[in-house]
Amino acid sequence: MTGWWKAKHPVHERITERSFDLLSLTTAFVLAVHAGHVPIWLTLVFCGALILRWWQRRYRPGSVPGWLKVPMLAMLVGAVVLDYGNLFGREPGSALAAGLLVLKLSETEAPRDARVAAAFACFLLMAALLFGQGMLATSVVALGLLPALTTWRSLEPTQASPSLPRQLAPALGLLAASLPLALTAFVLVPRLSSPLWGTNGPSSAKTGLSDHMSPSDFNELLVDDTAAMRVSFDGTPPPQGQRYFRAFVMWDYDGRDWNRSEQLEGTQIPVEATRTIRYRISLEPTHQRVLPVLDVPLDAPPQSQARTDGEIFADKPVDEVREYELRSALNYRFEPSLDPVTRLRALQLPDGFDPRTRALAGQWRQRYGHDNVAIIQAALAMFHDGGFSYTLLPAPLGRNAVDDFLFNTREGFCEHYASGFTVLMRAAGIPTRVVTGFQGGFWNQMGQYLLVRNADAHAWSEVWLEGRGWVRVDPTAAIRPQRITQGAAGAAGNQLPWYQSGLLESMRNHWDIVNRWWNQSVIGFDALRQRGLLTPFGIREADVSLLTKLLVIAMTVFGAAGLAWALWRRPEGDPALAALRSLERKLAHAGVARRRSEGPQHYLRRAARSLPGQRAELESLMRCYIELRYATAEPSTESLRSFRLAIRNFHPRRVV
Amino acid sequence: MQAQWERLRLWAERRLPALTEHRRREVLPIELHRRRIYIMPTGFGLAFTLLLLVMLVGSLNYSNNAALLLTCLLGAATSISMLVAFRSLNGLRIRGVRGGHATAGEPIDVTFDFEAKHLRQALRLDIAQLVHAFDVEGRADVTVSLPTEYRGWLSVPRLRIWTTWPMGLFRAWSWVNPQYAVLVWPRPEISGPGPTLPFEDNRRQRLHFGEDLASLRDYRNGDSIRHVAWKASARHENLLVKDYEQPVAQQEWRLDWRHLQGLDHEARIARLARWLGEALAQGRQWSLWLPNEVIGIGNGPSHYTRCMSALALLP
Repeated sequence: MTGWWKAKHPVHERITERSFDLLSLTTAFVLAVHAGHVPIWLTLVFCGALILRWWQRRYRPGSVPGWLKVPMLAMLVGAVVLDYGNLFGREPGSALAAGLLVLKLSETEAPRDARVAAAFACFLLMAALLFGQGMLATSVVALGLLPALTTWRSLEPTQASPSLPRQLAPALGLLAASLPLALTAFVLVPRLSSPLWGTNGPSSAKTGLSDHMSPSDFNELLVDDTAAMRVSFDGTPPPQGQRYFRAFVMWDYDGRDWNRSEQLEGTQIPVEATRTIRYRISLEPTHQRVLPVLDVPLDAPPQSQARTDGEIFADKPVDEVREYELRSALNYRFEPSLDPVTRLRALQLPDGFDPRTRALAGQWRQRYGHDNVAIIQAALAMFHDGGFSYTLLPAPLGRNAVDDFLFNTREGFCEHYASGFTVLMRAAGIPTRVVTGFQGGFWNQMGQYLLVRNADAHAWSEVWLEGRGWVRVDPTAAIRPQRITQGAAGAAGNQLPWYQSGLLESMRNHWDIVNRWWNQSVIGFDALRQRGLLTPFGIREADVSLLTKLLVIAMTVFGAAGLAWALWRRPEGDPALAALRSLERKLAHAGVARRRSEGPQHYLRRAARSLPGQRAELESLMRCYIELRYATAEPSTESLRSFRLAIRNFHPRRVV
Repeated sequence: MQAQWERLRLWAERRLPALTEHRRREVLPIELHRRRIYIMPTGFGLAFTLLLLVMLVGSLNYSNNAALLLTCLLGAATSISMLVAFRSLNGLRIRGVRGGHATAGEPIDVTFDFEAKHLRQALRLDIAQLVHAFDVEGRADVTVSLPTEYRGWLSVPRLRIWTTWPMGLFRAWSWVNPQYAVLVWPRPEISGPGPTLPFEDNRRQRLHFGEDLASLRDYRNGDSIRHVAWKASARHENLLVKDYEQPVAQQEWRLDWRHLQGLDHEARIARLARWLGEALAQGRQWSLWLPNEVIGIGNGPSHYTRCMSALALLP
């Protein structure tokens, strides 16, 4: 075992041109996948340095002088600090690392350097996924693994340099062969239910629901396709039309913004429920304290507090995935008796705003008398038949926002409708409030849970009716029922920009199925869904130890299969002899068994005599065998194949 | 205790012949199989595994499933590369070894004849501190040079066949100790006297007298009377003379061990080796007389080989 750890390569050994090309290609991939967040000028500098180095190594061979390294490193660090003001963190870190990789290439001459550089490139490719794990980004990263693997391959001795695609093909084959094992491991590796170290950073700046609402607030939110929370229910999930998740309840309107009321007292939710449902929510980090809950919760989960309007606030902001379990009412009477203070609060309107809206409400009140329900229906009918449209990009509203919306622009999304409806109702003397939260979500059949995205953010109204308490009214459903049945994207309909129309739109929609599949099955495959993995097999909760066991079993199975493949050898034997043996079995079945003393020629002659009907066939087989056996040292594969085929097609007819 | 250790060692030699310092010589052909192929991650492989672990923990921590998927993919590719490394040695056969000729002090060529059913790439052979890289598809000859020092049999040393194919992450290896020796010829002395020539001219003639005749020709003036073919001439009108195919241009050398008294054993061998080389170079005929063997008259490379081998094998 002497020399075991010693480098087997002479120190001065240089990698081939092709290896360096592959390494440069890998680096180009790294720069490409990081181009989205590294400043454009820095990316251009890196690309320039890469091209320069590639050109230099090819046409002016020789390594880059050592004294250049320190100034180049200093310049890199300086550039990153200049741009980010910092060296640590996700963005500056990845910019720095990409620069280091390009610098590493400048000194790469030996196989060892090339290996290390390719491994570092693999790491950087993965790191790019921290900035977005869409299917396209992942595919590009996976594609970038090909030149990295091929670089390693090309460093082995005795490697020729075929054309680039032909050289990349084996790595593709290797990745394809590893796919089953990789997928199994992916499904079974136990996910962390809470991260080991803090994962917030720039993501804290993400948009979320906010505790006040002004027109066009949701604009950004409604196109944010990231997950907001995941809900799994005990028993059947509520139908689509009942999937309203309450976050904030807005009471105070100042003519422009809706705000929560801080003055509500009490921690009991005054609800009389006749049908309840128990469910579990896994909330993505929001960095807020509010916990969205289904419709009307009965009580607050641990470490949180309820308010009388059904809002629930956690004791601490939700900075990590938070799971909570609680019960909500599906059939209920919510606060059947309204105290006068609350009633006044639910009727409050700012003075000097929206005169036309107030006038309309006054007309309705006169027309319908005390019939509050008729007034509500009149308002919904107006939304439905009054030429209103749903759009994510409504025209801006003037000072009298609700007047503008109801009588001029007549376009908007849930916020506008909820706000307009609530103001109308209050003007007509019906206690009303705005509720924001989420509506809808994607029911995941396989994982048996409801995925609610930020794009599912919604606003609706609650009116208080005598004897029934607070009743949910969703004016958006009146104008565009698809919003409730298909979600925000469905409601946007023909409001999409030009590049999403017609054929392109249908292509995009089809492609979106793939995207959704990717989001659902890869990105959305989290701790919660992993636990539901074995539900079809009767195991409700696959916990970490069970998953680990399964993982070990699966790895053992794969290991055994791999070993079998590695140890498998082509059966050696003599194919001509094997074919003859099968002929002998057939003949023995027909009553002509080979005697121990008989050679093949003698035996087949005897068989031909005993089966005169097939004499010609048998004799031809015999000649064929003798020729295969004795004519040449190594029979040709074609004649062997035809001999085997002839024997397979030979069926002895028993003589009677 | 001692007995147990011995038993363990014997068991290991039997079961794991390539891991232990297996001294036993193996009869050719040698086929590499699972019991004698070992596989370990290389230093780079260990470092890369560590990197994969970092990526695994990172992607789990950030619940980044795309990164996790690709990490799993790389991990799976790594484990498959281990199997590929094993498979490129498994079933490889050394059919035989052929030795070349060399005198002591010069490197001697040894050719290994490999055979494999499917293509094996980037195999390497470690022997005598040298590494040779080769591919095998079907049959392949790998010629290595071994340094030599003394005349006589030189056993081919233990050699290691190894590979880090396909990605340099794992090293599969097998020790092979073929039972094969090459004969190293003695080193000729640099310079010295030529051989004494004990034969007279007439003896040489007589030596050729009994040989077959090539032809008969007419007598010419100056022909020796001894060469006249009397019997044949009786049936002709002219005298006929026996014509030898090729008159011997140079004298034969009788290289005799016994004539080299006063030199020590190895010096005698070295001198004989030099004479043999000179005789071959001058195209002479020679015979070699050794204490235990006499090699008759002959010439040419094969005769030289025979004589040198006999010299090499002298005690």
